[in-house]
Amino acid sequence: METLLQQLASGLASGGIYASLALALVMIYQATDVVNFAQGEMAMFSTYLAWTLLNAGVPYWAAFVATVVLSFVGGLLIERLIIRPVEDAPILSIVIVCIGLLVILNSLAGWIYSYIIKPFPSPFPPRPLRLGSVVFGTHDLGVIGITLLMLLGLYVFFRFTPLGLAMRAAAQNPVSSRLVGIRVGWMLALGWGLAAVLGAVAGMLVAPVVFLEPNMMSGILIYAFASATLGGFTSPVGAVVGGFLVGITENLVGTYVPLIGTELKLTVALVLIIGVLLVRPSGLFGRATVRRV
Amino acid sequence: MAKLDEALVSSKLRYPWRASRVLGYGKGMAGGLLFAAAVVVPFFLSNYQVFQLTLAYVYAIALLGLNLLTGYNGQISLGHGAFYAIGAYTAAIMMERWQIPYGWTLPAAGVICLGVGWLFGIPALRLEGLYLALATFTLALAVPQLLKYFEAWTGGVQGIVLMKPEVPWGLPVNQDQWLYFLTLGVLLLAMLLGRNLLHGRVGRAIVAIRDHPVAAATMGIHVPLYKALTFGVSAMYTGVAGALGAIVIQFVAPDSFNVFLSISFLVGIIVGGLASISGAIFGALFIQFVPNYAQDLSKAAPWAIYGVFLILCMYVMPTGIAGFLRRLTRRWQVGGTADRAV
Amino acid sequence: MVRRWGGLALVLVLGLAVGVATGAKQYDPGASDTEIKIGNTNPYSGPASSYGTIGRALAAYFKMVNEKGGIHGRKITFISYDDGYSPPKTVEQVRRLVERDQVLLLFNTLGTPTNTAIWEYVNRRKIPHLFVATGATKWGDPEGHPWTMGWQPNYQSEGRIYAKYILQHLPQARIGILYQNDDYGKDYVKGFKDGLGDKAADLIVLEQSYEVTDPTVESQIINLKNSGANVFFNVTIPKFAAQAIRKAAEIGWQPVHFLNSVSNSIEAVLRPAGLDNARGIISAFYLKDPDDPQWQDDPAVQEWRAWMRRYYPEGNIHDVFNVYAYSVAQTLVHVLERCGDTLTRANVMRQAASIKDLTLPMLLPGITINTSPTDFYPIEQLQLGRFDGTKWVLFGEVLAAR
Repeated sequence: METLLQQLASGLASGGIYASLALALVMIYQATDVVNFAQGEMAMFSTYLAWTLLNAGVPYWAAFVATVVLSFVGGLLIERLIIRPVEDAPILSIVIVCIGLLVILNSLAGWIYSYIIKPFPSPFPPRPLRLGSVVFGTHDLGVIGITLLMLLGLYVFFRFTPLGLAMRAAAQNPVSSRLVGIRVGWMLALGWGLAAVLGAVAGMLVAPVVFLEPNMMSGILIYAFASATLGGFTSPVGAVVGGFLVGITENLVGTYVPLIGTELKLTVALVLIIGVLLVRPSGLFGRATVRRV
Repeated sequence: MAKLDEALVSSKLRYPWRASRVLGYGKGMAGGLLFAAAVVVPFFLSNYQVFQLTLAYVYAIALLGLNLLTGYNGQISLGHGAFYAIGAYTAAIMMERWQIPYGWTLPAAGVICLGVGWLFGIPALRLEGLYLALATFTLALAVPQLLKYFEAWTGGVQGIVLMKPEVPWGLPVNQDQWLYFLTLGVLLLAMLLGRNLLHGRVGRAIVAIRDHPVAAATMGIHVPLYKALTFGVSAMYTGVAGALGAIVIQFVAPDSFNVFLSISFLVGIIVGGLASISGAIFGALFIQFVPNYAQDLSKAAPWAIYGVFLILCMYVMPTGIAGFLRRLTRRWQVGGTADRAV
Repeated sequence: MVRRWGGLALVLVLGLAVGVATGAKQYDPGASDTEIKIGNTNPYSGPASSYGTIGRALAAYFKMVNEKGGIHGRKITFISYDDGYSPPKTVEQVRRLVERDQVLLLFNTLGTPTNTAIWEYVNRRKIPHLFVATGATKWGDPEGHPWTMGWQPNYQSEGRIYAKYILQHLPQARIGILYQNDDYGKDYVKGFKDGLGDKAADLIVLEQSYEVTDPTVESQIINLKNSGANVFFNVTIPKFAAQAIRKAAEIGWQPVHFLNSVSNSIEAVLRPAGLDNARGIISAFYLKDPDDPQWQDDPAVQEWRAWMRRYYPEGNIHDVFNVYAYSVAQTLVHVLERCGDTLTRANVMRQAASIKDLTLPMLLPGITINTSPTDFYPIEQLQLGRFDGTKWVLFGEVLAAR
């Protein structure tokens, strides 16, 4: 029983990490219709920015805010300078540009900062919370809390603000959006900027757990993809629920499925996801595709 | 989601045979010349270069398979590295455990991957666009783990070391040249089969499903059957390539088949040109040679250089190398104005 | 196959070695009056690119050798290619080195699967394949593969050292193991179990593995704690070692902790994990950790620092891979100097297989390098150390790792 509870707690904690990056993926997909393979590396790079600021003696929250702002500008610039020239190309060509971005950022980070892991501070107090025999890291709880806050923010933004609605419209039907006066190009750029912000926050939440290094996000990106797929790429709520489900499933499979154990836990988790997709092809919370004939 | 599928359609991709009706003769001539060059070239290059070209041809076969699925049928796969791995291990296990001559491993790998691909294609029918891409991605992630797990068969993390195949029938070539010609032969066969498949009823059905699945269904095309079939055939191509790859490299290990292989394949078909048979060859040359040039330019951050190459490639040729050449030749033929009319 | 070629090659090595006693200059491809060409592969790109610093540090070391006049007046041309840790790419790059660049020898090619892929090729072509950068046990096979030689103490023997220590000092041990699910992790576990012998099944209560792509190993640590283990054998690379140390402390698990030498760097592992959390950890050593306070004033460490500053300023001063590269390069230079004017592949191999009591500045005191035609394991000694919160306190004797 103790094992079960502790594994659930740990699963929720990793789930929070997956969810935070999955939110960024969903954000950019909602806003631009692109699956951004470079999302993880962008987040990693933002986290190195924060680390540089912290190392220069900037207080945590000041560095946090500065990183968020810089990441927003960075995301905007990436869209304007790098994605823009292929805007009218087939989606798969844009995906290749994202992959190009992924390898560039990964390689540059290694070159600039080396591959030595670096500790990254957590804004939360270090003492773990104990409920009976189960230990919750305060940072883990903080990750879950901030992820839920980001989710709420996204939900409100896309549902209720004119800007959020305009962004969704621009992504879903650029031509009509242009006709009603939405500046589609800038909406796409904003989408990249906001996704970069979510990624930066995710990076700063992840780094205290997995340590900062250039490949920090590559494993997590895979899990974030799994989470977003499970929850539905069109739904921020789905991404978060998906994140938690993936985190918990993986821990439970590793612990309780004896023959398979830790060696195949990812495989089993993935098979389960495909199983879910077969029942709900657009993810748990995703909208089914409606096709016009 | 719908946008993703539309984008594939609206990318002004043409079926090569239709676009090139005018160019038919020119193209045939060019093809003949290229073939002649391919046959002669190994006698002028060093063994090392012959080996590199052989690898490029192996990738070209894999890319043909993926292109069939993604380019022509519109199903995106990020998991073809898995089929490549299955093909490679089929060859390795047959040769090393059962001492079966390597020639037999190619059809065996093809049949096994046809089966596995078909089986995977059936549940994949329910998934579209992005979700299919990510479901296949899980395949690419799972296969190396499974290879490590079933150690008794696969040699686990240590992999399997193979013998270099001997030149048969006393042919006057060395081993590298022999493998080159073997691979070239398989590649030509694969291209021919692919062309015939796509030319006929089946091909039109496959493309119709990509362009408009609902209309295709209304016209009486059995969409699930064709989609699963395409998946199977695509996996078969890639599996045969995997077997050839294992024979050429003489070694298989889970580390050879990580997710970057699958991503490289996707890069290959897009950079080479979707829905184009020659595109598979351009793409293969790209993924084989460009990383080498990148690391020659910089040891500090070779991936950064490679990434820049990738992005520039997409800027200059958004529809891939084949698409770019097609546009170029068309413009040259009709005299400059044609491009605007397209 | 392996045996047949091996025997033949061995005969050739011996035969040629006899033939070189004449004294005139003799060269194989890659060597001349002015130059010695050395080939190498390293992952400069891809998921394993943290090892790339080894290749760059090697290049920096040879640059220094050349500035100081080279080896008997010959400059070293060090050609290193990126293989991204992908075996097919390694095969391609090594063929490029051997067939196009015509290197005299291959040196410190990195990775177990990658070296396995070229193992038969280099032995068939009779190219010296020296001091490969992997701790797998299979590289010491002079009969089957007389052209391939390892360098560092192999993983299995390190595992056996921990096992022996446990058998002697911790009779009540209930052992939990965390290992990376690849050749490196499994090699350690095999050596460890061999060392425990019949008792392995009784003493080991739980084995947990992780994939190098996993984000964290927290779940595994929880399971190990709940298995009731009081001894922890931690076979992980730096990032996961730091996670494991921290998580164990967080959930209040305090086993006797054995940490593999791959991850015993103070700056790269223990400090990120928290020095307090790392107190009491036992590990095995053969190199000096320049960040360990006890070597602060050691002349060899200062010399290494000066070299880093002058020749490899872009490298990270805390990265122990740079110590590794420095030392392995020195071993090769020693071999090449002993070759004199007979720079044939056979002679390179003969010299590499007859190193006697070589000491290097960054090796721990008492550790020497020895090889013979039947012993292809250059470093076979390790010393145990326990972390006291600031430095590694070495204890016991220098142990033979066989």
